[in-house]
Formats: sequence, structure tokens, C-alpha cells
Amino acid sequence: MNELLTVLKKNIREYGMYIALAAIMAVFTILSQGVFISSRNIANLLNQTGYIAVLAVGMTLVIVIRHIDLSVGFLSGFLGAVAAVALTQWHLPVLLGILVVLVLGACAGLLTALPVAGLGIPSFVASLAGWLIYRGALMLVTAATGTIIIPQDSFNALGNGYIPDLFASQTFLPGIHKTTLLLGAIAIVMFILGQLSDRKRKVQYKFEVLSGGLFAGKLVFLSVILGLISWILAGYNGMSWTVVIMLAVVLIYDFIARRTVLGRHIYAVGGNPEAAELSGISVKNITFVVFASMGFLSALSGILFTARLKSATPQAGTLFELDAIAAAYIGGVSAAGGIGSISGSLIGALVYMSLMNGMNLLGTDISLQYIIRGLVLLLAVVFDVVTRKRRS
Amino acid sequence: MSDNILEMRHIVKTFPGVRALSDVSFAVRRGEIHCLVGENGAGKSTLMKVLSGVYPHNDFEGEILLNGKNIEFNGIHDSELAGIGTIYQELALVPEMTVYENIMLGHELRRGMGIDIQEMIQRAEDLLKRVRLSVNPSAKVKDLGIGKQQLVEIAKALSRNVSLLILDEPTAALNEDDCDNLLDILRILKTQGVTSIMISHKLKEVLSIAETITVLRDGQTICTLDREKDKVDEQMLIKHMVGRSIENIYPPRASKPDESVVLLEVKNWSAYDPNLGRKVLNNVNFKVHKGEVVGLSGLVGSGRTELARSMFGNPDGYAIAGELSFKGRKQRFAHPSSAIRAGLAYATEDRKKNGLVLIKSIQENISLANLQGVSKHGIINEELDKQTALNFVNSLSIKTPGINQLCMNLSGGNQQKVSVAKWLFVGPDLLIFDEPTRGIDVGAKYEIYTIINDLVAKGMSILMISSELPEILGMSDRIYVVANGTIAGELDGKSATQEAVMRLATQY
Ligand SMILES: Nc1ncnc2c1ncn2[C@@H]1O[C@H](COP(=O)(O)OP(=O)(O)OP(=O)(O)O)[C@@H](O)[C@H]1O
Ligand SMILES: [Mg+2]
Repeated sequence: MNELLTVLKKNIREYGMYIALAAIMAVFTILSQGVFISSRNIANLLNQTGYIAVLAVGMTLVIVIRHIDLSVGFLSGFLGAVAAVALTQWHLPVLLGILVVLVLGACAGLLTALPVAGLGIPSFVASLAGWLIYRGALMLVTAATGTIIIPQDSFNALGNGYIPDLFASQTFLPGIHKTTLLLGAIAIVMFILGQLSDRKRKVQYKFEVLSGGLFAGKLVFLSVILGLISWILAGYNGMSWTVVIMLAVVLIYDFIARRTVLGRHIYAVGGNPEAAELSGISVKNITFVVFASMGFLSALSGILFTARLKSATPQAGTLFELDAIAAAYIGGVSAAGGIGSISGSLIGALVYMSLMNGMNLLGTDISLQYIIRGLVLLLAVVFDVVTRKRRS
Repeated sequence: MSDNILEMRHIVKTFPGVRALSDVSFAVRRGEIHCLVGENGAGKSTLMKVLSGVYPHNDFEGEILLNGKNIEFNGIHDSELAGIGTIYQELALVPEMTVYENIMLGHELRRGMGIDIQEMIQRAEDLLKRVRLSVNPSAKVKDLGIGKQQLVEIAKALSRNVSLLILDEPTAALNEDDCDNLLDILRILKTQGVTSIMISHKLKEVLSIAETITVLRDGQTICTLDREKDKVDEQMLIKHMVGRSIENIYPPRASKPDESVVLLEVKNWSAYDPNLGRKVLNNVNFKVHKGEVVGLSGLVGSGRTELARSMFGNPDGYAIAGELSFKGRKQRFAHPSSAIRAGLAYATEDRKKNGLVLIKSIQENISLANLQGVSKHGIINEELDKQTALNFVNSLSIKTPGINQLCMNLSGGNQQKVSVAKWLFVGPDLLIFDEPTRGIDVGAKYEIYTIINDLVAKGMSILMISSELPEILGMSDRIYVVANGTIAGELDGKSATQEAVMRLATQY
């Protein structure tokens, strides 16, 4: 028990997010008399989170290198419209259309980075220009037709569809999505194996580790959570494509951030650009890479959102950038640079979207919703700063 | 009983995983100059931070008596009110602000709604006189040399009516002249009734100024010595500090440079700094042989660091003229990365500002400049990365609870060792070492000199920039003296004397 408390205290920032998420979910579940935690609503919540989480992941890295990108909201709206045009007017095959849009996104990111990395113009200003430009561009694309309806089901499935159940059966667990359960089980096994090898390595290098009991407790607890999530999802239509894509993005980016040379370089540039430069890292190149990734993820977000609505609208993407920035900060990224994790930004996005989803369920007045979202953001950042100070 | 201005009793201070001070007791007599010495990580800075309230009184155990009265500080502000002025290991001036604004920072004089600039400048001038510094109070701090900045710091501390002045390695970054000047100021302040506690790794200056010397080791008081009564000398201090004696601080070198191979040759090298709007280097010519230790001496600001950086990928964007040949090839490096790839490395003088990523761990810092060395296809091999860091922590005896410790939690000297480790891991052909032993204790200095000897024995070359003349004289095969952005002269390492170097350094 004592150890549990010290561990909690030491990692309060990290665990605080999970605790906050759990608390928010519990509160809404009670207030909505269980509707919030229903399979259907959780599936819905995760699909809503998808396009913001994807942006938050990219934004986290942008903030880690001490920059900001305000253009991503309308960029994703604009690129979503481009996708719609590509499919309905240029009649590109779905896959090719998506590919083109993703490439365009990366290029747009490079363009934003050009004045930033090349001339040292503050990213706030450079991306504000992008915000205006893409907003105009979005209006332009949708001006002639208004909302562009997308007829291709395969495209729309990205925002609404679910993975097929390979083991559909009427007798064994009817109404339950077996493939999702299987994926959940695989995830649990992978998680446990990963944790075990991680622990072994830490012991070998004499890092502090949890005592055996607590470690086992942690494994069981998190496995149960993973199991529960897959059970809840399996109770509706199973895992959606959006969730698959979101998880893939998070896993890949998390790997890049923690395990690759590129990731180390990004965090070093954020932590001390001058020292990074003198260690042979090109701050300029890293800036380009991070903004290009942001543009790429904006495109992905635009595709997910457009597919979800099955159409491109002139308002698509409005305020996405601020949602993403809020999610990143709730997730623990530091404006001073060099600190912030990908998994944190996913949790941040979940916290943020749970709030929105829950308040919508309860029919909370929209004006009040904004105020509460603002307060939660403020609280998260204050909590972050205070816990960080106490530790150092 | 003697009149003690300060007594610290049984101080214990722990950080997560580190017992920085375990039961330190320490007394300072009124009006004396008391020096605090000890190895890197011994706990000197921590002890002074305990005293000045950086760590509030419920953050450590033990008691502090000031003028015989028990005191409990909750912050730096409290200690300032009690008459304790502190100058920390890192300079704490705002470079973009003027001298007088810095001196009066935090207690500006008001007049009506605004501030009384006239009176503030007047006050600042008085204080500057006390530290015998003649600069315009309205000059910007960033335009002053580092020696003068240090004096401005002291003036700033004096502005608060201090009776006890704490200085944490005030001379580490200063050249000999500035050091002497600063020590003189301390002596003058002493006659005005100011008691000083000074931390330093420069034992010579400790012996020249201290009346009493306290030695810390591993968070404990080893002894307190009276310089005259106990007949303290350098060997004695070293023995108490390190726990063994070191006969020759500059270990003898068996290997000889290979004069037939010129590794680096620079001809008519000039550099213009567009930001400053002036030439920082003018017609520099010099060369380094294989397996040679070349010393670059000169005053602070003479252009030594500029020379190093202009060769090392020119990160400041100087306009450069001249010719550089490295390993027999004429080339210019467009970015530090190409210099590193070619085998040229540069360990910076200011580890905090541009040497280390302080918010990252030892492990991440050591491999930062050579991640290829611990990765495959861009994916880092954690195992190898950790092993590498562990090896360096052991071989350089970096004092830390583990390789995952953040560099900002290390003592100054141990940070320097991490920075050294980073470049050793790159394994270059020529390592430019800018102030390699700044802020490092004698034991660690000896280790670094031994490493330098090992490296040149393996055929590597070292270009060592240093403001410490004994180090230049003790380690170099050849010495170039830099003055005013150009080479003022070349000396042989064996026969050169301090006087000869200083004559060249100040000749312009
Ligand atoms: N904030 C901190 N967190 C963790 N450990 C710390 C922290 N500050 C200092 N330490 C540790 O406490 C010990 C004493 O450090 P301190 O800075 O007092 O050494 P020092 O004697 O001033 O050394 P140096 O001569 O290198 O400046 C070191 O082992 C250091 O790593
Ligand atoms: Mg210190």
C-alpha cells in the first residue's frame, strides 16, 4: 500500500490523466444512467475521437519542437473537400484518391515549415496565414456545389464502417463481434509480454522498478481494462475502421518517438535546439519533418471526418486545430519543448472528446459546454505545471 | 567562543535516489573569507542552496544559525532579507537589459506611478564603484565580457545590503586577470565587513584567498582547516578532497605526435559575423598533427571559440574566407553534422547552454551525437544504448544513481563529464575541446587528462581551448596564442612559460 502511494505520487502527472479519464467516464455513466458506457455510445465516442486524436498526435510533436500549427483545422477541412472532389469529379479510384490527398497534406506541411525553418518566422504567424488561406480554399472548392456528397461506400466506411467478423456464428456468443474479442486478446498478450521484457531490461540496468506484487497488479488491472474495452466494442458492431486507423497512427508514432533515431532527434531539438545543432542534428530538417507529418495527419483527419459525414461541407474542420491543441496539452505536452508523449496525446483526446460526448448526451447547453471545456483545459495545464514543479 | 556569523548543524538533504548531504556541519566566522572545496557532486552547491533558501526549511533536516539565531527560510527572498547574497554557479543576469536594470532588478525604486530612473542609475553607479567596475550603467549586459558580468552580479548582490556573500564557482569561467580582480574585490569587501563563502575548484586561488577551508566529500564534512595554522598546501587539500594523493596533476605522456602527418591545416582563415557586424577572425593560420595536443590560449573573447565554431560546420552563419584542409582534403563543412561525419568534433564550453539537453537523461545525451552507433535502420537498440551509457558512467566515474537520471539533476562537474562522454562516443579524429575542465574537480581533471593521453596515444588529435594557463602549459605539445581574432604567436609546449603566453595574449 505504501509503495502504491509513493508510486502514485511520483507519477502523478502520468497517472493523473488516466484517473481523470476514468473519473469523467464514471460521472457521465452515472448521470446518463448507463447510456454513456453502452457499447453503442462508446463506439460512437471512439469514432468521434479518431479525427481529433490523429491531429493531436501530430500537434504533440509540433509543440515538442517548440512550435505550433494553427492551420491544421481548415487544412483538414480543405483536404477532405479535395478528397470529395477527387472521388466525385475526377473519378479517381478510392485508394488513389486517398493517397493523393495524403501526399498533398505532407506537402502543405512542408509549405508551412518553409518560412519557419528557412527564415525563422514564428510558426504562430506562418500557420495563422495557413489558417486563412485554407479556409478560403475550402470555401472556394465548395462554392460551386455547396456540400459535396460522396457516394463511394468503401470511402465512407473509413468513418462509419466496422471491420468484418471473420468468425461470425449464431451459436457461439451470438451478437458479439468475435474478431474484435480476438484482437483484444492478442493486444493483452502483447501488452503483457512487452511489459515483462521491459521490466527485465530495467532490472538489468538497475533502474527502479515496481515490486513484484504491484507489477502483477498493474498487469492484471490494465489487462482487465483492455479486455473490457474490447468486450464493450464487441457488443455493438465491433471495432470500427476509424479505431483501427487511430490505433495504428498512435502505435507507429509512439514507436517513432521512443525507439528511433528520428524520435530522439525530435525530442533533442525540442529540449535544447542549440545543443542539438552542435550534436550534428539539423534543426531545420527536423522542423520540416515534423510539420510534414502534421500536414500528413491533417489530411488523414480530413479523410476520416469527410468519410464520417459521407460528404465535404464548407464548415468542415472549424476549430479542429484548437481541439487538437487542447487535447495535446491535456495529454501533458510542455510548451517549453522537449516533453510530451504520443500515448498522452491519445488520452488527452479521449478526455476531451468524452467531455463533449457526455455533455451532448446529457443535453448540456452548448454555451456551458464551451465553458466547461475551457475549465478542464485550464485545470489540466495547472495540474501539469504544479506536479512538474513539485518533482524537480 | 569565537564569533560565528553562520552555523549549519547536521544538515541532511536527499533527492530521489540521492543523498546529497548526509550530516554536514559547517561554521563561518564573522568577517572571514571561507572557501568550500570538494569533488564534483560532493554537495557544495546543495549546501549553499540549503543556506540561501532555494530549498525551503522543511525540505531538509538540520538547523541553521545566523548571528546565533535559529532561522527558517521559505525562499530566496527570505535569505536576502536576512542579509545573505548569493551568486549561483550559473550567471543569473538578463542579457538584454542594462547594467543598472539588472542590478536593481526586483527592487526598482518607485517615483509616483513610474520608476525613478535617475536615482536607480545613481545607486547602480555607487555599487559599481564598490566592485571597482567602470562601465556605463546604461550599457546592455550582453555587451560586457564575462568577467565584468560576474562583477555586475556581485554589485547586484550588494545592492541588498548583504553581510554574508555566497559565491558558487565565481571564477570558473574567468581568465587569470579577471580572477585576480575578483579576488581583490572580495578582499576589499572583507575590509567593509562582508563575510564571504566561496566555492572553487581552483586550489591555487583558494590558497591565496581563504582564511578557512572546509572540505566536503560524499555529502559529509571531512575537515575544516585554518590555512595558516594548519599550513595547508595543494597536496593536502587534494588528499582530503579525493581521499588519496595525486602526485602529478598532469600525467606524463608517453606517445609523441606524428609530425609527418598534418591532420588539420587552416590558411588565411577569416570570418565575418553578420549579427555583430564585424570580423571575428582575421587571417588565422595554424595546423594540427596526428596524435598531437595543441593548446589554444588567449583571453576570453579573443576569438578562440569563434575559430572552433567556424570550422565546425559554422552554425552561426559567419561569412568565411580562407582554406581548411582536413585529413589531406580541402573542405568546408556546411553543417556540424558533416563535420562530425568527417571526423571532426567540438565539445562546447557552455554545457548548460549548448552542450547538453538538460531535460533528458544521461543515456539519451551520451548517444545523441552518434545515434548511428546504437541503432540499425533508424531503430535504436535500447540494450546497446544503455550499455554504452553505463560504460561511460563507469569509466569516467560520473556520479549518479543511474543512467536514467536527468542531466539537470547532476552536479556541474558531472554534467561536464556527460558532455565529454558524448564526444568520446563519436570517436572523432580531431576533437576540439573548449574548456574541457571548467568546473571540474582535481580528481576528475586528472581523469580527463589521462583520457586525453590515451586518445592521442591511439592516434587521435586534440585541439584544446583553455583559459587556465597551467593546463595549457601542462598538456600541450604546441601552443597557439590567440589575440584579437588572429594567431599572435606559436610556442613549444615544453619550453613555454606563463609569462610568454600572457605577453602574446595581451600584445594587441
Ligand atoms: N535536483 C536534484 N535532483 C537530484 N539530485 C540532485 C539534484 N541536485 C543535486 N543533486 C545531486 O546531489 C549531489 C550533490 O550535488 P551538488 O550540485 O551539490 O554538487 P557540487 O559539490 O556542487 O558539485 P560540482 O563541483 O560539480 O558543482 C550530486 O550527486 C547531484 O547529482
Ligand atoms: Mg556545484
